[in-house]
Amino acid sequence: MTTVINVPPSLDDQGFEQVLEQLAPVPQDEKILVDARHCRWASPYGLTALLTLAQTRAERPALAVPEGEETVGYWARTDFFKYADELYELHGTAPRRAAGDSRVLLEVTPVARSEDVHDVVERVQQKAQQIIVHELNMDARATVGFAMTLSEICQNIVEHAGRGGWVAVQAYTWKKRLGRRVVQIAVCDAGIGFRNSLEGAPGRVRDDRWDDGAALEAAVIRGVTRFRDPGRGQGLAGVRRYCSRWETKLSIRSGTARIALVPKWDEDVPLEENLSPFPGAQVQVTVPERTAPTE
Amino acid sequence: MNHIDLGTVLRQTVSANLYSNLVTRPTGAAVRNQIELLMREAHERTLTVLDFSHVSMMDFSCADEVIAKLLLRYCAENPPHEAYFLFRGVTDDHWEAIESVLERHGLALAIEQEDGVHVVGVLSERERRVWEAVKRRGRTLAADLAGEFGEAEGEVQSTLDSLWRRRLVMHLDEQYVALGGERG
Repeated sequence: MTTVINVPPSLDDQGFEQVLEQLAPVPQDEKILVDARHCRWASPYGLTALLTLAQTRAERPALAVPEGEETVGYWARTDFFKYADELYELHGTAPRRAAGDSRVLLEVTPVARSEDVHDVVERVQQKAQQIIVHELNMDARATVGFAMTLSEICQNIVEHAGRGGWVAVQAYTWKKRLGRRVVQIAVCDAGIGFRNSLEGAPGRVRDDRWDDGAALEAAVIRGVTRFRDPGRGQGLAGVRRYCSRWETKLSIRSGTARIALVPKWDEDVPLEENLSPFPGAQVQVTVPERTAPTE
Repeated sequence: MNHIDLGTVLRQTVSANLYSNLVTRPTGAAVRNQIELLMREAHERTLTVLDFSHVSMMDFSCADEVIAKLLLRYCAENPPHEAYFLFRGVTDDHWEAIESVLERHGLALAIEQEDGVHVVGVLSERERRVWEAVKRRGRTLAADLAGEFGEAEGEVQSTLDSLWRRRLVMHLDEQYVALGGERG
């Protein structure tokens, strides 16, 4: 039996929750068809999360690719199909990105080793400067912090996930929720997740409330890690500072919870629990255009 | 004096030799090991210039591995040898990560800037004041500084010893010299 999972027209973090809600009752070894034919738009988060979803299935899932020419062309330019072809049985026409430079800030890229993080940072650095300064009207200093943020979040996969994941970065006008230009980093993996990672901490004391939400709070807000090394936990702390300084939104989903550092321009909740379960960690960083100089 | 170009060490350390960013913990650990390997050939007391001029950017994890762990090892009770570090070519693109790891571990370091050498990081007001005085005076005795400050020699001596343990001043015979200052 094959269960059809419908991809909503807009596949961003919220759209992906709709996908997971449909997926929740389906046994892990059951065949699924992810139907993206009517999808019209996908964020970097949506695309990387969709690849991650395939990694969680025991049987290779099928994917019906978007019917819209523009949509499928964009997905191709992001290199989505390059990796989806390995993870899904593709139904429909899935073009590949033409050779040469693309307009995508960072195409969907696998991250498994430290060298992959180096590659990602080197590739994104020059383009990021152009976009952050000229399109987002931000101070040039924000570019370095952006690269550091990207590096630290990708390292989360290398250091904690236990298996490879995906990163993508793109600039776009976020009409639906902000009406401004944004740059979005999405880093998704289907690894062990925050709770399992922290459960491996030596000498960890169990308390009454221990679940995915508590694990995210411990790691993101209090800087707890599974390592004894007192130098650990600085990466996420640095990401937090960057977000606070540049009015950037950070959200991390792991297991059944999602934590967010919510800037003034957004109305998200800081912690959402009892979501549909999904392995690993899915991170999204959204850097908005500055509307008026503040410095 | 040793001079270690971190850009060169980075390219020797990671598999692809085109990288210019000090990122990730494994890279940081490898770079630190390479620095220690280069220092192994040095004398019992060494001053090593760590040059960031050819490093584009450094992230927090890498700064923790390269800078914090190096300083922690050589400022510990029983360091491999008496090693001092002077940081050169540090820009704003490196500074945020460096400042963060210094604060995390309560460390300080000497940094060479256009207008001379400065100490940065976690220092008490007193340590900073004494370090500046040593730098200004060049080679100096605790007694001379005590006279300048109008304080008991023992108090000044104690601060100088703290700065020496933190490898911010050298202790040569009975005298102290600030890193990057005149040795006389």
